[in-house]
Amino acid sequence: MNFTARIRKSGGITVQPRMGFSRCEEMQRGLQAVRECDAYTVGTITVDSFTRQNQYQQAECALANDKPLNGFPIVTYGAARTREMIRELQTEHFPIQVRHGSAKPFDILSVVKTAGIDATEGGPISYCLPYSRVPLKESIYEWQRSCEMLSDDGRSSHTVHLETFGGCLLGQLCPPSLLIAVSILEAIFFIRHGVYDVSLSYAQQTSLIQDTAAVTVLRQLAGKYLRDVDWHVVVYTYMGVYPNTPGGVTRLLAESVLLAKLTGSERLIVKTEVEARRIPGIQENVESLEFANKHFQKAGMENFELSSYWRTTIMAEADAIIQAVLNLHHDLPTALALAFRKGVMDIPFCLHPDNGGLARCTIDDCGFLCWAEVGNLPVENKRPMTTGGKINPFEFLKMLSFMADRFDNQSLRQGP
Amino acid sequence: MNMRMNGKPNLLPFKTDCGKPLRVVLSSVSSDSHTWNLVFLQLYLEYFGHFVVNLGACVPDEEVITTCLREQPDLLVVSTVNGHGYIDGERLIKRVRTAPLLTSLASVIGGKLGIYGEGNSTYVDQLLQAGYDAVFEDSRGLDQFNRYLRALSIKKGQALAEDKTATTVMATTTFHEMYELHRAY
Repeated sequence: MNFTARIRKSGGITVQPRMGFSRCEEMQRGLQAVRECDAYTVGTITVDSFTRQNQYQQAECALANDKPLNGFPIVTYGAARTREMIRELQTEHFPIQVRHGSAKPFDILSVVKTAGIDATEGGPISYCLPYSRVPLKESIYEWQRSCEMLSDDGRSSHTVHLETFGGCLLGQLCPPSLLIAVSILEAIFFIRHGVYDVSLSYAQQTSLIQDTAAVTVLRQLAGKYLRDVDWHVVVYTYMGVYPNTPGGVTRLLAESVLLAKLTGSERLIVKTEVEARRIPGIQENVESLEFANKHFQKAGMENFELSSYWRTTIMAEADAIIQAVLNLHHDLPTALALAFRKGVMDIPFCLHPDNGGLARCTIDDCGFLCWAEVGNLPVENKRPMTTGGKINPFEFLKMLSFMADRFDNQSLRQGP
Repeated sequence: MNMRMNGKPNLLPFKTDCGKPLRVVLSSVSSDSHTWNLVFLQLYLEYFGHFVVNLGACVPDEEVITTCLREQPDLLVVSTVNGHGYIDGERLIKRVRTAPLLTSLASVIGGKLGIYGEGNSTYVDQLLQAGYDAVFEDSRGLDQFNRYLRALSIKKGQALAEDKTATTVMATTTFHEMYELHRAY
């Protein structure tokens, strides 16, 4: 049974942490703890940032000198050691996913495939522009090779599930329509290069009203563009600046659970209470996973009305971007590269040299994410900036910490 | 690789008579892909009237060095939050200091420098010893950073005292005062 089918079998929500340790033993303990959680779970192996930048020697050197890394150096350990580590852990009921963040993932994904790991994630846009300085064309080419390597070539019984990271991009301050467009386009890219079991991501943004409309649109567009393949939707708990108070964190997590439930999303990747300060340990992850599952079971869906305004607006914008990109060239890799060169896609505040850098996003008075500058994106600018493109750093910081402030304040007012 | 601001830098809202604008090279370290810290610091430095070359994410050590040699900045600001700063940042500054023209370049590092939260403060001495002039651990470091900037810009102002035509920069208040002021406004 493929990954998506196994996720669907749970019938409710499958929860998953972000978790990675440098030592095999601790990684194993972490996976074991996630497996034993009181919830349907997927285990996560997050790769360290030396490995994601293909700096394998740095990772090896840190391991040799007993310096702690921020994740699991999977290439340094290699397929045999990784397979051995998960041998007793990965089962039909407990799939494992490698999360890596690499713009040039071929080496990492070769280990994933050879070690027999169920799933991985990323994408030629979403792991290049926001998180690296690798030229976009190089990343696209590498992802093409990687997908073809992962694809079920008929010779192996093992197919690897691939999740797009397109619904996250920089984690915050990107209007939903562009997140959806990148998610869909990367999924089409995976499918065209032979990976037929995919998931589409969407990271919680600043408003539950806007987000439920956005995920609903994502599902509709997936139905339109991803025919005859298995897909499901994964929601990420907020990926931007995190609240500092335990009450704030819990409320933020609870809202992402509600988002998953309201939109019928199959999987949720959670964050933990210590997120604002440091990389979480095992117990903190377990608590988050169990809280999310419990909250999912009891969260009420009454009195929630889907915003038809946002549904229509986001649908129009997202589909316009997807169509404009697909119309640029019949070869999707070429179209993706062209799209950024022409600014048909332009990620707000992204510093990568291949990003247009004209688009800007703002948070309006009601807490909705809106375009402030659209550059050459095929969308309408409903509230152009009045400051001639200048951004005040203190305003900017307020936007960056909008969710942290909102949930911390709620928690201070109402108690934990 | 600067974020484009329609060609116009952020304008200074008011001026004082102390300090001269600094030329700043702003960079991440080679394994760090985070950029919000860099975007904010660019806006912040520009707001105070300084000129910024923002190198973006995952910058190889060599690129930091060649940029510093080319731009001859008054200050190198290294900002990193992925927890590898104590490894990458140390190696980077040691290499920067090997370039004869960069041995005395004012260089600072800040952010989340290790993976342990509060425990990261243990890395401060190590990084100072490696060659940084100042280390600003996490967000509380912003006030210290502001004081450092102010001192450096005043020093440059004094050095250039005879040059009456140079623009002056605001360097009078702490970051948190500014933030609160702005919020209230």
